[in-house]
Formats: sequence, C-alpha cells, structure tokens
Amino acid sequence: MKPMNNAASQIPCQLDPSWKSILECASLEVFEIMAGVRPVLNPDPIEEPSGEQTAMVGLAGALCGMVTIRCSKAVSIKLGSLMLGGDAASSPSIARDALGELCNMVAGNFKAKISNLADHCMLSVPTVITGEDYSMETVEPNEGLTVALTLEGEPIWVALTIHS
Amino acid sequence: MKKLSVLIVDDSSVMRKIVERALRQGGLDLGEVREASNGAEALVEAQKGSLDIILSDINMPVMDGLEFLKNLASVAPAKGVPVVMITTEGSEARVVEALSAGAKGYLRKPFTPEQVKERVTPLLGGSR
Repeated sequence: MKPMNNAASQIPCQLDPSWKSILECASLEVFEIMAGVRPVLNPDPIEEPSGEQTAMVGLAGALCGMVTIRCSKAVSIKLGSLMLGGDAASSPSIARDALGELCNMVAGNFKAKISNLADHCMLSVPTVITGEDYSMETVEPNEGLTVALTLEGEPIWVALTIHS
Repeated sequence: MKKLSVLIVDDSSVMRKIVERALRQGGLDLGEVREASNGAEALVEAQKGSLDIILSDINMPVMDGLEFLKNLASVAPAKGVPVVMITTEGSEARVVEALSAGAKGYLRKPFTPEQVKERVTPLLGGSR
C-alpha cells in the first residue's frame, strides 16, 4: 500500500455516529446495483449477528479497521447467483468470492461517501471466513457499528470496526 | 456488425464474470472475451492483438492496473486500444494517475450495466 500523505492526519479517525446511516446507504446501494435486490433495514435487531459466511475487508491509513458482511450460506449463494446470473453461484467458492466482492464494494462505497477519506484510506483484498464458532477482535481501543438488514426474511449483518 | 473483442483484467474471477455480464446487459455485442488476473498476464494477452477494448481493475497483485497501463504503451499490437480502469477505492488521486498514464475512462464499483455502456461505447469508434 502507498504511504498516506500529511492530509491523512487531518481526518478524524474516531467513529462518527453519522457513519451508521452512511454505512446503511453504502450497503443498500451496493446490494441494489450489483445484486438487484434491496434488503430491508432492521433498526432494532433482537438477535446477535450470526451466519456461516463472513466476508471482511481491511481498512488502512486514515481509518484503520475492517468492514464485514455476515450472512448464512444460503443467502451468500442467493446473492452470488443474483450478481452472476442463473445458478452461477451454486459452487460454494464462487458464492464466497461474490460475498467478498460485495464487502469490498460496500467498504469502497462507504469511504467514498466520507469527505476526504477516499484518498487517504486503502482497502485490503477481501477475505471470507466460513463457520460460526469464532470471535473476532480488533486491537484495543476499538469501536464499531453494525447495520442489520433482512433479505427475504434472512438476516445480513454489515459491520464497521475501527481502531480508534 | 463486428463483435467486440474484450480483455477483462481483475484478480477476482467473480469480478471478471460480473464485468462481462454488465457489458452484455449493457447491450454490447461481445465476441471474444479474454481474461487476465493481473497486469502481467494482461500484457501477454495484449501482445496477441485483436482487441477492441480493455477493462482493468487497479488494485491487483503481481502487477497492478497502473503499472499495466504504463507497460501497455510499449505493446505494439495494443496501440490505440482504449483502456477503462475499474476501481473500488473512489480515490481521485488514483483516477487522475490512471488517466495520466493513458486510461481513457474509469468506472467506480458498484456500477450498473448502463454505466458500463456509457463509459465503453464512446471509446469504440468504428468497432461499434
């Protein structure tokens, strides 16, 4: 990754409460444009994030942390098929890669919507974790926010965690 | 009318399929669709010639899209072939760098088939 220039130090790297609506908007746009679906926002989720597939993209530079998308395997296959057409995502590896690309685009779309951040924050390549029995922690101190979405009754969790 | 020969460069095979699908959904009549997973592979494909347009990601391992663009200038069979860069980053600096290096346009992910068509069609000249 290229070094960030001095302007990067002028960007606040603490979580701004307004970023939740920006992450919501960034996520919905990506789902709508790339998969042709508009998941429903769930403002008061009662359950904890769950699902066997977690895609993650690292953020480095003015903002350090990660963006994740978590959902069930069935939802990832559905999203992949919508993105690629037909049953293209019936292969687990293609469905995983498609979820990784969605996460990459959500992260990119999110930072593009925050003034000055696009040029000073880089994204890693996507990684996808399969399995539910894990916990993920970012170096302390950290803070984060989660957007809960529902697609045909199935939850999709989009989260931003940053090292503050 | 001549079908388009396209080179799609991206380290993600899924993204290459998405770009091809968007080109078709945008109404472009594709003939040969070649793929490369990084800039180095793309230079080998470009050397073979017969391309109408190249769509390339910027961030890739081995050789990124900007390095690919700089090297493409010395590939005679690809002379005059327009290159559209595709980026997730939304970084103006990267876009300016790509345009300075010879890219004829750029697309920011996420993109619609209509946006792909809008960017690509004006660059095709007599090919389309």
